[in-house]
Amino acid sequence: MSALTTRTGPPTLTGGWRAHRVLERNLMVSKRSWVLVLSGFFEPVFYLFSIGVGVGAMVGDVQVGARTVSYAAFVAPALLSSSAMNGAVFESTLNIFFKLKWGKVYDAMLSTPLRPADVAAGEIGWSLLRGGLYAIGFMVVMALFGLAESWWTLMAIPAALLIGFAFASVGMAATTFMRSWQDFDLINVVTLPLFLFSATFYPLDVYPPAIQTVTRISPLYHGVELVRAFTLGMFDWSLAGHAAVLLGMGLIGLRVASGRLERLLLA
Amino acid sequence: MIEDLVEAEGLVKRFGDFTAVDSIDFTVGRGEAFGFLGPNGAGKSSTMKMIGTVSPATSGTLRVLGMDPASQGRQIRSRLGVVPQDNSLDMELTVEENLMIYGRYFDLSRREVRARIADLLEFAQLTDRRTSKVEPLSGGMKRRLTIARGLINRPELILLDEPTTGLDPQARHVLWDRLYRLKREGATLIITTHYMDEAEQLCDRLVIMDNGRIVGEGSPRELIDRHTSGEVLELRLEEPVGALSGIGDHTEELADRVLVASRDAESALAEVHARGINPAMSLIRRATLEDVFLTLTGRTLVD
Amino acid sequence: MTGRLRVVESHARRYRHTWRSSVFTGFVNPAFLLAAMGLGLGSLVDANNGAGAFSYLAFLAPGLLAATAMQTAAGESSYPVMAGIKWIKSYEAALATPIGIRDLLGGQQIWSMIRVAQVVAAFALVEVLFGALSVRQAALATIPALMTGVAFSPAIAWFTIRLENDSGLAGLFRFGIIPLFLFSGTFFPISQLPEQMQPLAVLTPLWHGVEWARDWALGSPPLWPWQWHATALAAFAVACFWGAHRALVRRMIL
Repeated sequence: MSALTTRTGPPTLTGGWRAHRVLERNLMVSKRSWVLVLSGFFEPVFYLFSIGVGVGAMVGDVQVGARTVSYAAFVAPALLSSSAMNGAVFESTLNIFFKLKWGKVYDAMLSTPLRPADVAAGEIGWSLLRGGLYAIGFMVVMALFGLAESWWTLMAIPAALLIGFAFASVGMAATTFMRSWQDFDLINVVTLPLFLFSATFYPLDVYPPAIQTVTRISPLYHGVELVRAFTLGMFDWSLAGHAAVLLGMGLIGLRVASGRLERLLLA
Repeated sequence: MIEDLVEAEGLVKRFGDFTAVDSIDFTVGRGEAFGFLGPNGAGKSSTMKMIGTVSPATSGTLRVLGMDPASQGRQIRSRLGVVPQDNSLDMELTVEENLMIYGRYFDLSRREVRARIADLLEFAQLTDRRTSKVEPLSGGMKRRLTIARGLINRPELILLDEPTTGLDPQARHVLWDRLYRLKREGATLIITTHYMDEAEQLCDRLVIMDNGRIVGEGSPRELIDRHTSGEVLELRLEEPVGALSGIGDHTEELADRVLVASRDAESALAEVHARGINPAMSLIRRATLEDVFLTLTGRTLVD
Repeated sequence: MTGRLRVVESHARRYRHTWRSSVFTGFVNPAFLLAAMGLGLGSLVDANNGAGAFSYLAFLAPGLLAATAMQTAAGESSYPVMAGIKWIKSYEAALATPIGIRDLLGGQQIWSMIRVAQVVAAFALVEVLFGALSVRQAALATIPALMTGVAFSPAIAWFTIRLENDSGLAGLFRFGIIPLFLFSGTFFPISQLPEQMQPLAVLTPLWHGVEWARDWALGSPPLWPWQWHATALAAFAVACFWGAHRALVRRMIL
């Protein structure tokens, strides 16, 4: 048996991101529970069948700008957006909290060349990887339902990833402030109204004007508008604004999350 | 090649108003097994975390492997092996996967890690638990796995924080045996412990810490020679301690017994009997690091 | 019976730590749901005369009451039961006292029903405030909703007791509770479902609860007489309680 330690030591590691190692760890864990991981795909599909198709039959067609579309075509992008948000929030809050407080997974990582920023970016990357898979699956279902009208629909996938990025970053940043499991009740208090009132189930002009203003603040609203523009093929310059809001939110969240992780883990 | 792997001067760690480490100086040479001995809360783990570059020093200078932890943390960590007090094993992975992913954190190739896993599992006596999850392992097994994990990158310096705390006596001996092996191979070890027997067994040189300060330094033998009389007479008495005055070099009254430090404990006991004192219990033993700690701080290590 | 009440008391004591947030969500979530789906989406449905003789808000209200009872029962009889058996091991601790298996399960189920009653009552109150139902309609719909909870609570407990770990619970919600919530006639009549799926919906306890609640609250012409729904739910509850009891004996004693 060869020596376990050496006098010279391994090559010294310098700069560069190592977030992909965190991703690799999560992949290794999920190998055993891939059924559960993939099952996340079904939730938006169930909603599409129920609300889009079932309730859609009671609604008939919807007016979006100058176009009249089926209710299913109207609600599908919103369901994709909401599920991107929900998936990202779940991953970046409860899961991260568990690893932080109970699993001590990050303590072990930080005694290696990994840094807190690698951990934050790696976890967010993992949540995006999953979200991306679900988005692709949802696109396939949309296409089968005849809801994908043009190749532009494919652009909804990166748009969904952008939503995931925004919410995963902010969710993770929020998690670093949580003290106990009870604090997580607050998350539903935020995500449920976002899910229900972000021009998800009906066009913005159905809301009373006062509420419309509030809705425009909702980050999910910007996501829904972005995704919907791609699936319905209705573009204008406002899309850049929506994308910018989400990108900004994600970058700020990422910054706060890595800073806070550094303070929590490197005391 | 540098010869002092760790150099600390005036090292301080404060958490708010609390001073965990209060200006300490020490060096750790290559190939040495160096110990921090002291009770819980003495500042040992805080010092370890600073050396491991996961906790910034408040003031003072610290060089690890010739580098500055504040700016070169990543480079330092890539050459350290860390065995933290709470193991921090990945409960969602198997024994083997724990080693694999840890090696990957160091950017080692899968092939390289796989080759090392066999050796490390054998070293940790866990070969037959290769595919087991971590949770059902015994405390001793988890500890050995953590040590194996700390060796995955062939570290130049290994940090062991309380390596046998919480283990039963048998598991401790198995673990000590593994650590001897590392010593024989010439590894540089830094060990914190509040067990004097562990410090005596494993450390070539150690510092005794109390309340964030270093109160003594040397090899176990030197410390015992310098700070004790060589032998100790332990007595349980009905009489007040005053009855022993003049016997031995020094007496120390503990909750349940009296310790008499003496060059010749046998004659000290004879003297006790000669004074007509009949202790309920008497015991003669060599002085240990426990006695050193008592002399230096007036307190026992484990209470 | 006293053993059972002791168990209820222990649940109530634990609840004291979280009641504030649960009361808040007990009123706020229904209000959000009714505003978004009942009023917002409802305005689209009603413009299309989608819900026939009723407003969509009124159509939705009784069904949501039953669906909420199901969700509450599922919440109370899943993770807390898993925690009692496996995580905090309070079941094992209780069994070392004169408390028996029947007390443990009975007490847990009584507690679950107390929670269902709280949540359903709050939801019904919000529905009245929204003008979705009259006080009388809401009160009538409460009874089938409670029966839905009675049916689901032992069923979920049974399922949970038989699980080795909590990954099965994630599956339960994903493939059980959420599809039931979406497809058991709450949001749209099951006649909208594809032919082949309709008999499947009839087999779910939630459909019976929703249909019965809508029948009593709105007097909409029922597909089945309400006694059939009541019998189906009661039979399901008794069978599941029996199963859960057997499973708990196996898990804790054998």
